Amino acid sequence: MSAISREEVANLARLARIEMSDAELDHLSGEMQVILGAVARVQEVASADVPPTSHPIPVNNVVREDAVIPSLSPTDALSGAPASSEQRFKVPQILGEAE
Amino acid sequence: MSLNYDQAIEKYEPTLGLEVHVELNTKSKMFCGCATEFGAEPNTQTCPVCLGLPGALPVVNKTAIESSILIGLALNCSIAPFSRFARKNYFYPDMPKNFQTSQYDEPICINGFLDVEIETYEGNKVFRIDIERVHMEEDTGKSLHVGGSTGRIHGAEYSLLDYNRAGIPLVEIVTKIVPNTGKYAPQVARAYVAALRDILRGLKVSDVKMEQGSLRCDVNLSLAPSGSGELGTRSETKNVNSLRSVETAVSGEILRQANRLQSGEKIVQETRHFLEESGETRPGRSKEKAEDYRYFPEPDLVPVVPDNKWIEELRKTLPEKPADRRKRLQSEWSVPEKEMTAMVNAELLDTVEETVKLGADPTKARSWWLGEISRIANERDVVATELISVTAVAQIINLINQGELTDKLARQVVDGVIAGEGTPADVISKRGLKVVSDDGALMKAIEDAIAAQPDTAERVRGGNIPAAGALIGAVMKATGGQADAAKVRELLLKHLGQ
Repeated sequence: MSAISREEVANLARLARIEMSDAELDHLSGEMQVILGAVARVQEVASADVPPTSHPIPVNNVVREDAVIPSLSPTDALSGAPASSEQRFKVPQILGEAE
Repeated sequence: MSLNYDQAIEKYEPTLGLEVHVELNTKSKMFCGCATEFGAEPNTQTCPVCLGLPGALPVVNKTAIESSILIGLALNCSIAPFSRFARKNYFYPDMPKNFQTSQYDEPICINGFLDVEIETYEGNKVFRIDIERVHMEEDTGKSLHVGGSTGRIHGAEYSLLDYNRAGIPLVEIVTKIVPNTGKYAPQVARAYVAALRDILRGLKVSDVKMEQGSLRCDVNLSLAPSGSGELGTRSETKNVNSLRSVETAVSGEILRQANRLQSGEKIVQETRHFLEESGETRPGRSKEKAEDYRYFPEPDLVPVVPDNKWIEELRKTLPEKPADRRKRLQSEWSVPEKEMTAMVNAELLDTVEETVKLGADPTKARSWWLGEISRIANERDVVATELISVTAVAQIINLINQGELTDKLARQVVDGVIAGEGTPADVISKRGLKVVSDDGALMKAIEDAIAAQPDTAERVRGGNIPAAGALIGAVMKATGGQADAAKVRELLLKHLGQ
């Protein structure tokens, strides 16, 4: 059974931009361990001839024709933005991905 | 002491890898119906889907899938019988959804190849570039970094986002590693991107304008000691946006890495940014690991399962391969290799071909489009074909061949057509441009010229043929440039007993 370490949970929290206290990390490491355990049990049942499922309904090739439909007005598009300037979404300075 | 290029290549063997992103030229975006026009006012081409608003559901653009399959077929790929989209999760404001819809382990096309030819001192050499995959994804929004210095991220106070480009269909074409190019690595990389651009243009699936970013190249490069058979640590140089830059980025990285290795330093696996002005690269963020993207199958999009019938229908529409077409036209037109290359580089091969189809002589068609018309187009910073139609140019060339126009008059007709004075025939009649081929009128002008310059005429009579130039000039002037100079020369010399 796969195990998840406290460090891995901390890394996931960092990637997902969720701030967690030490207590929360301790708690979640335990909970995620239980979830992974449940997934592992399902994996034991699934044999090699069962493909992994991403979509529960067997529907393929749902497409649309390449046609333009009217977009939102810039005012509407920007209406939910916390800040905007020059008809653009304004975001805090980007410090680079590594933070 | 630092190594020069030849020394670097002697000690180290480069291995290339190229990732090319192509913006498709569909009318609407990949997963929604927003328009894809380049240069539109900011945030005028967005909707709940491409803004990532809650509850919005994407639907794939059929033409984008077909374009991707066509690209795969043209690159000799297998088309996957089952293909899926995946979410590539990352937090960066260029994607408002906080993920990019891409493909991960189930791309639409796999295992192709493209042969590219380069000129070397040892003759032309062909290199086979193996294609790993062609996958579908979406472009990101455009950031404008405000404050700090010149739009750079560092020192910026805030960033402004325009999501018009977010969601435009993007196809990524990834090569396998390209070994054994040796000193030719820079030329091979350039030739590959050029060949790919020609193929994409032939397929009419993209504008392939590198300067507008509809074709972008990332260059992966690593070095290993020559003969070691090892694979070194690679760097990835992003956004190399011209053919020349592809070549410069490769040779620059070979030099940089060789000199680091030479001084005992290690190559860091990192993303580097290409600096267009200096041709150098500078380090960017360190490469995140694939697992950091936490790819998972996109639950909102169903799998793409192209059946054979669909694929075969698309295969039937494949155009002649650019390399084959070029060879065919070159032999049909009997033009030198260099001139073919000039036409291709000027993006005028199609135009010249259409002009020839309308009966124009290939040599003249080439020289008019690449000469006079391109010169005017460059002056005005427009595309040659926007100035004048193929039909007009073909008519003008045919009139030259029939002796109705001289080159000089033809230039005036071209000017007139460009100035909006109508068809070539309209311009000729309005401006009264007609070759003076009437021998009587010409003889009168010749006699006048001789009478005005009797000494010159005497020298010509005495056998000084070059002196006739002054008389021919006078005749051309008198006829307003509308006479055929060769005809004038013939009549004049005959008249003076030569």
